[in-house]
Amino acid sequence: MKRNGDRKRDLVPTPSQTVGPYFQIGMSGSREISCIAGHGVRGERVKLVCAVFDRDGATVDDAMIEIWQANSNGKYNHPADNQPKSVDPAFLGFGRVATNCEGICVFATIKPGRVPGPGKSMQAPHLEVSVFGRGVLKRLATRIYFAGDRANDEDEVLALVPKARRSTLMAQPIADEAGAWRFEVHIGGSQETVFCDV
Amino acid sequence: MPTSFRSTPRMVGSSSASGRGSKNTDKRPVPQGYRRYPANTQPPYLYPPYKATARRSPRKPLIVLPQTLSEITGPVFGHEKMAETDNDLTRQHSGDPLGERITVSGRVLDDTGRPVPNALIEIWQCNAAGRYAHRIDQHAAPLDPNFTGAGRTLTDAQGRYVFTTIKPGPYPWNNHPNAWRPAHIHFSLFGTAFASRLVTQMYFPGDPLFPFDPILNSIPDEKARQRLISKFDIDLTKPDWSLGFRFDIVLRGPRETPFEKKR
Repeated sequence: MKRNGDRKRDLVPTPSQTVGPYFQIGMSGSREISCIAGHGVRGERVKLVCAVFDRDGATVDDAMIEIWQANSNGKYNHPADNQPKSVDPAFLGFGRVATNCEGICVFATIKPGRVPGPGKSMQAPHLEVSVFGRGVLKRLATRIYFAGDRANDEDEVLALVPKARRSTLMAQPIADEAGAWRFEVHIGGSQETVFCDV
Repeated sequence: MPTSFRSTPRMVGSSSASGRGSKNTDKRPVPQGYRRYPANTQPPYLYPPYKATARRSPRKPLIVLPQTLSEITGPVFGHEKMAETDNDLTRQHSGDPLGERITVSGRVLDDTGRPVPNALIEIWQCNAAGRYAHRIDQHAAPLDPNFTGAGRTLTDAQGRYVFTTIKPGPYPWNNHPNAWRPAHIHFSLFGTAFASRLVTQMYFPGDPLFPFDPILNSIPDEKARQRLISKFDIDLTKPDWSLGFRFDIVLRGPRETPFEKKR
């Protein structure tokens, strides 16, 4: 076997295409999951309000957001997570919702625990995010962190993001609504969200 | 209508790395990282001929993420309950939909050629007249009361899947004057991780609209574009019943693992 990265690539990967304007037929509607964590799931309750804007600051009413996250112990419900932590059987950690006519979608979930990062570091609590939509030829990947969490300062992925742009990855607490957070996705424009090459 | 997606979440056992029943004897380690896409095999975010990208594309450089546990994990749907008609879009209503009945089948593989078992595939499409069963589609073509256009299935232990449907029609759209989409079926795949999530479109061989379609032509690499064009297959064609089209889907493959390096 050759060195890492040298192995022959046998097949060209299938390219991405836009979900188009009619994705609700196949990926949303009855197949939406807005409740990522039901009542039986342990953890700090989070109501996550996501709003999507285009380059001109107009709301995007035909996008879809997918969330992937760890449970409150910082454990993913997936065979690649071999940490000796317990899986919560009532919690898959996946949600997806299309934006409404105001460009908003809402998830009911819990705040994830910390998971290992590069080297021996621990990452701050975060959610993995995919944004799909008409005019989006391949999914936009980003992350949601929680503003004010002290662990953010130790997060090595956040450290890769220029300081001036880190705030674009922060959900902000919604005033007067305990446990409610707002996250804005700006697909371009002066407040452009930091997107990731996964 | 297909059954709801909202079933009780369950995970695939970490020791067996999945398999419906005992068919899967695959003992591969779970990937601990995924190779990057080769240059030019994916579309850019900004592709001016596809006008909607102008207001919906990032312009600042992406952050290249180290693939942490968050990216090499993802939702596992290996135990989703499928209804019998979920992968047969011609039997979801009381009558038969109009149009050419087709079988669409293939394998989901990683880029080293290994099958991806238990991958959730969802599809959606317009009807034979080129009209989607969606409130915002105003194309002056008839709706078909016997066709919704949504399906889903899981790949088997060899990565195989099959759908029965009708051939979707081409339809006009407002990207530019006299713009028409070539006939296509939308495919959504959850591979093994967040990193391998893919949504794409399958086209039909020989479509005269290919040279005019900015969505297909947004992919710079010719070989990669060809990936999206299904092939007519006489062996998949069912006598007196349906024409067969083969469509294999290739997801990102795993980086070499330390386990493999030792061999």
